Amino acid sequence: MPSDPGERVAEHVLEFPGGYTRTTGPVIGRFLTELREGRVVGVRTAEGRVLVPPLEYDPATGEPVTGEYVPVGPAGTVQAWAWVGTPRKAHPLDRPFAWALVKLDGADTALLHAVDAAGPKAMRPGLRVRPRWKPEGERVGHVTDIACFVPEVTTMAAPIRTEYRVRPGQSLARFLRGVGDGVFVAGRCARCDKVYVPYRTTCPECGSTIDEERELPGTGTVTTFAINNLPDPRAPEVPFVSAYIQLDGADVPMIALLGDVPAHQARQGMRVRAVWVPPEERTASMTDIRWFAPTGEPDADL
Amino acid sequence: MGNRCAVIGVGQTAYRTRRQDVSIAGLVREAALRALEDAGLTFRDIDAVVIGKAPDLFEGVMMPEAYLADALGASGKPMTRVHTAGSVGGSTALVGASLIQGGVHERVLVVAFEKQSESNATWALSTHLPFNASLVVGAGGYFAPHIREYMRRSGAPEHVGTLVAVKDRRNALLNPYAHLRIPGIDRAMVEATPMLWEPIRYLETCPSSDGACAMVLAAEHKVTGTPAWVHGTAMRSEPIFRAGRDTVNPQGGKDCAADVYRQAGVTDPRREIDVAEVYVPFSWYEPMWLENLGFAAEGEGWKVTESGATALDGDIPWNASGGVLSSNPIGASGLIRFAEAALQVRGLAGEHQVDGARRALGHAYGGGAQFFAMWIVGSDRP
Repeated sequence: MPSDPGERVAEHVLEFPGGYTRTTGPVIGRFLTELREGRVVGVRTAEGRVLVPPLEYDPATGEPVTGEYVPVGPAGTVQAWAWVGTPRKAHPLDRPFAWALVKLDGADTALLHAVDAAGPKAMRPGLRVRPRWKPEGERVGHVTDIACFVPEVTTMAAPIRTEYRVRPGQSLARFLRGVGDGVFVAGRCARCDKVYVPYRTTCPECGSTIDEERELPGTGTVTTFAINNLPDPRAPEVPFVSAYIQLDGADVPMIALLGDVPAHQARQGMRVRAVWVPPEERTASMTDIRWFAPTGEPDADL
Repeated sequence: MGNRCAVIGVGQTAYRTRRQDVSIAGLVREAALRALEDAGLTFRDIDAVVIGKAPDLFEGVMMPEAYLADALGASGKPMTRVHTAGSVGGSTALVGASLIQGGVHERVLVVAFEKQSESNATWALSTHLPFNASLVVGAGGYFAPHIREYMRRSGAPEHVGTLVAVKDRRNALLNPYAHLRIPGIDRAMVEATPMLWEPIRYLETCPSSDGACAMVLAAEHKVTGTPAWVHGTAMRSEPIFRAGRDTVNPQGGKDCAADVYRQAGVTDPRREIDVAEVYVPFSWYEPMWLENLGFAAEGEGWKVTESGATALDGDIPWNASGGVLSSNPIGASGLIRFAEAALQVRGLAGEHQVDGARRALGHAYGGGAQFFAMWIVGSDRP
């Protein structure tokens, strides 16, 4: 049975041994010679425009160009670009890149070349780029002597890290010991007759030393609150309610998480009590208070 | 109040999400050079520089004033850094003015900036200190409960915040420097945005901006061009946790306003002030500050907003520039209020000029509504 001619495949390569020679002519030859030296030049037309890459003639008029070579660049501006997501073997870069028309500073025409950019979002018309040259010894007088263009530097990473060793002060330490024991320790200013919680040793109103400690019950009233629709590592879910809770017997509110109630059922005036984590899990820090939960009592008048 | 002082130059940068075209030094220079150009001066003519910005954590540059001294022409001159949280821009202007009023200097450059795009303000304001579970997420998380309490006390209808959000963004369309420019902004657009920190919606909050603002202040015998004369200056602060502190209508704000009005001879601000630039980073702070600053009786601020009185064509325009709701390089936001007040009485506010403005209030607040800075400027020499 004769085989199907469609199944027969052969590879056929046409490659002139050693490669074609391409005579550059004086103008392009000058351009490539300068490239080998790590410079870019254009040529001036009779009308005064600078062509990059240069030509022997003005493409607009057909007139010969002048003999004036003009240094341009090395920086330039992207005019248009196309993203190459899957580079091919013959492409100048082995990772995704952009083909771009780059108008070098001082030129009136644009040069087509590759731009090594982080991704298509990094490309835009107007992007400023500079050549990344091949090392001098590897330059041969070819447009690939410029390996590619790269964006100019506009931002840099500034990693900064500051490490602190934080100790609670005397008054906060006293308060947190209380929290570890499941009680709120407050301080009463004898002069103002005001009770502050967390416990503190000076009065923010009059500056007096506070030396009277009081233990407050874990009950209080929500004076006001926010429903937060942004995630926070300290909150179990979104949305969460951060509430101003005035503990019974205190004259200042504390800000704390409200729990065991849907966020949109929180109310100003709601009566709440602290929900503590089990004693064996406590660390004498604010996280020992899981949250405040409604007591079910009638709302307080504000 | 000391010697007479006037604003003789104002410079602002464009306020944008990211000013990636300039460094921090380039940003402050852009504002400073424009202020100097407005005053017809150069750095050589300046005796001292006062600079303000919000927490250093925003850019991660510790003591940026040290690095910016020569960028602002302050080599060999006194340079002072001011920091009073969000009110810092206002405080910076007032520290500069005090150097003139006290007779120490003849010409002072005041500059304030923030380059928020270098990090993230909510991150920088939520440092989660050990031992402390304050559960406040960013500035909105702090202010939302106080707005809720204002709504409860005053019985204000829910749409009042929306009205301010629309009004200030419409004004911003007339200000080429403004950051948020939203053509066709209306109530439906604001109400369609999600609640971030209920009761605050997305479009009822200020943006995060990069930007800087600068002014040249001069003693009377150095005044040139069209000055804005300083008629009164005041600052107040109060502790954040004080028993009985009213976080909705803070005493510090009331006292600061009373002081600045007394110096300027103002007894009825709504009638005697032509335009006010007031720090309103969340829309509800307009009715709240209308009451705190005596433009409305307690509980009545929302009615003044609702009546349209604070619109550009109302009897007392608030934030003709678009305000903090439209541009918020935090450290500069207070100074922008003070500078816009000066531009109004100089007649140089461009498309958002309030016709015939002769006396203007500049206001800033910061921290947990605990720092206040205000000035009144006028076209007449006091």
